[in-house]
Amino acid sequence: MNVPTSATPRAWIGSRTAQQLARVALWGATTLTVGVLIFIIVFVMQRGLGAISWSFLTDNPQHSGAEGGIFPTIVSTLYVTLAAVLVATPLGLGAAIYLAEYTTETRLSGIIRRGTESLAGIPSIIFGLFGFAFFVTALGMGWSILSGGLTLGAMILPTIIRTSEEALRAVPREYRHVAQSLGASKWEAIRSVVLPVSAPGVMTGIVLGIGRAVSETAAVIFTAGVALRTPTSVFDSARTMSVHFYTLTMEGISDEKAYGTAAVLVVTILLINVAAYSLMHRFTRSLR
Amino acid sequence: MRDRLIERILLLAAISAVSMLALITIFIFREGLPVLVDYGPLAFITGTTWAPSQGEFGVLPMIAGSVVVTIGALMIGLPLGLACAVTLAEMAPPRVRIVLKPTIELLAGIPSVVYGFIGMEVLVPFIRNTPMLGGPGYSALAASIILAIMVLPTIIGISIDAIEAVPRSYREGSYALGATQWQTIVGVVLPAARSGVVAGVILGMGRAVGETMAVIMVAGNSVQIPHSVLSPVRTLTANIALEMGYASGAHAQALFATGIVLFVISLGLNAIAGRVRDRKRVTVAAPVATSGAEARAELLGVEPIRAPELGGLR
Repeated sequence: MNVPTSATPRAWIGSRTAQQLARVALWGATTLTVGVLIFIIVFVMQRGLGAISWSFLTDNPQHSGAEGGIFPTIVSTLYVTLAAVLVATPLGLGAAIYLAEYTTETRLSGIIRRGTESLAGIPSIIFGLFGFAFFVTALGMGWSILSGGLTLGAMILPTIIRTSEEALRAVPREYRHVAQSLGASKWEAIRSVVLPVSAPGVMTGIVLGIGRAVSETAAVIFTAGVALRTPTSVFDSARTMSVHFYTLTMEGISDEKAYGTAAVLVVTILLINVAAYSLMHRFTRSLR
Repeated sequence: MRDRLIERILLLAAISAVSMLALITIFIFREGLPVLVDYGPLAFITGTTWAPSQGEFGVLPMIAGSVVVTIGALMIGLPLGLACAVTLAEMAPPRVRIVLKPTIELLAGIPSVVYGFIGMEVLVPFIRNTPMLGGPGYSALAASIILAIMVLPTIIGISIDAIEAVPRSYREGSYALGATQWQTIVGVVLPAARSGVVAGVILGMGRAVGETMAVIMVAGNSVQIPHSVLSPVRTLTANIALEMGYASGAHAQALFATGIVLFVISLGLNAIAGRVRDRKRVTVAAPVATSGAEARAELLGVEPIRAPELGGLR
């Protein structure tokens, strides 16, 4: 122990004053952060909600979006997101089941984990470049819902793997033991006991993936393209809401329509997050 | 037999992410490497002239742009994020926490184009019209502020996890020595959570370097090495996204080569974050709880408890 001295170097203000100041500063920073979020939402809503009407959601745009609605972009967003989820869910869930149930910490699982983490850290514009070089050009799919969906699918794969693996691991070991002691094989135990119990947790991952896909711009603009028509096949080029919003603002087409589109986007994202959160809540409560 | 087959299928799914990573690597390099080799990798990275029509592909201004906005984002985002993480993990009552944590996570869900738009509508005019700042408004500063907000959820989320992983006995040891909550946070909790926080910061850096749309919308995008935070900058990501729409031939390849630089930086940051996190697991596993707490409290320079001070114990 040091010999106690009456004045330690940091005693220029009393420790209690420091505690009070720190408390104020820390809560101040937290308030500021939450304030920024509230500001963003209020700012977009205040200016955008007025532009939203039934016809805005269901009409075709005219004059590159300066007039009319955003119907084709809503349909395109749905299709591209659906394609991404259809690709990423089976792969992601399968990977999660393998990692959580079929392997211990081996070299292979280490490689898989590292690869998944690295994939999660790759910027979306790189996914866009890759999707353009691979799906659009090399595989000849062109700018299409398919190219965009596959690219986004690759992008949300790590989210789904990680969340699903956590959900599977949260299911107590006993559940598996009981099922297997009743004569179920390993896979039967997983399918009929572990998967149903972990379903809300897995769904959380999928919903978070949907959120990422809906809000993504850089990766879809070079893979799904910018055609402002309602797509009729998976090989059609499609412009998602985010891309449309980007075009409206950057080309200065219409402030009113831009705010309206932003409001639709933000409301969608809010709903998706609430859904993800309540699913997660239900899952953690069901295991308690 | 059937179980074997199922295991095989699951293994195939499990390597999908790794295969995807491999495919991305192959295609980015296949497209970008020719121009990188022709032009010379060193000339590409250190060249200051970007004139695709004349076959000049120097990306140093874009590297500088990415570095400047990322450092700026961290300088604003790190203190703010760390403060939020400390408040939520150490100070907030459970009821407040339950509301605030998902609220802050929501920040991560907002589309980057919306951040960029708010930056254009609010931040850029603000910078332009503030006497102390001025300039065109579209600047490294604007990009840094927007990016700082965007990396907050990453920094906060991972820091909270790291702070919560610090054993309670550390705090108890510190309080027992008479430290205040703030002294405990600064002297015991944060040092113990350091590696997790650092991992969060590095991942936040990765997000800032990789962000595209929001940066394009507020950074001004002129190809120049920025001489002040108020000058317009172009980042690596912006360089790709702005020109990809019309580029062809060597120009398109040069954009893929820009992608290679970005790709290597992102993977590097990711690997460092992984390393730092792994180290944390080792330290936490080490059985040092009580003696560790004492050692830390000693480092903190807390005075030993004397009888009259006992009443002031928290």
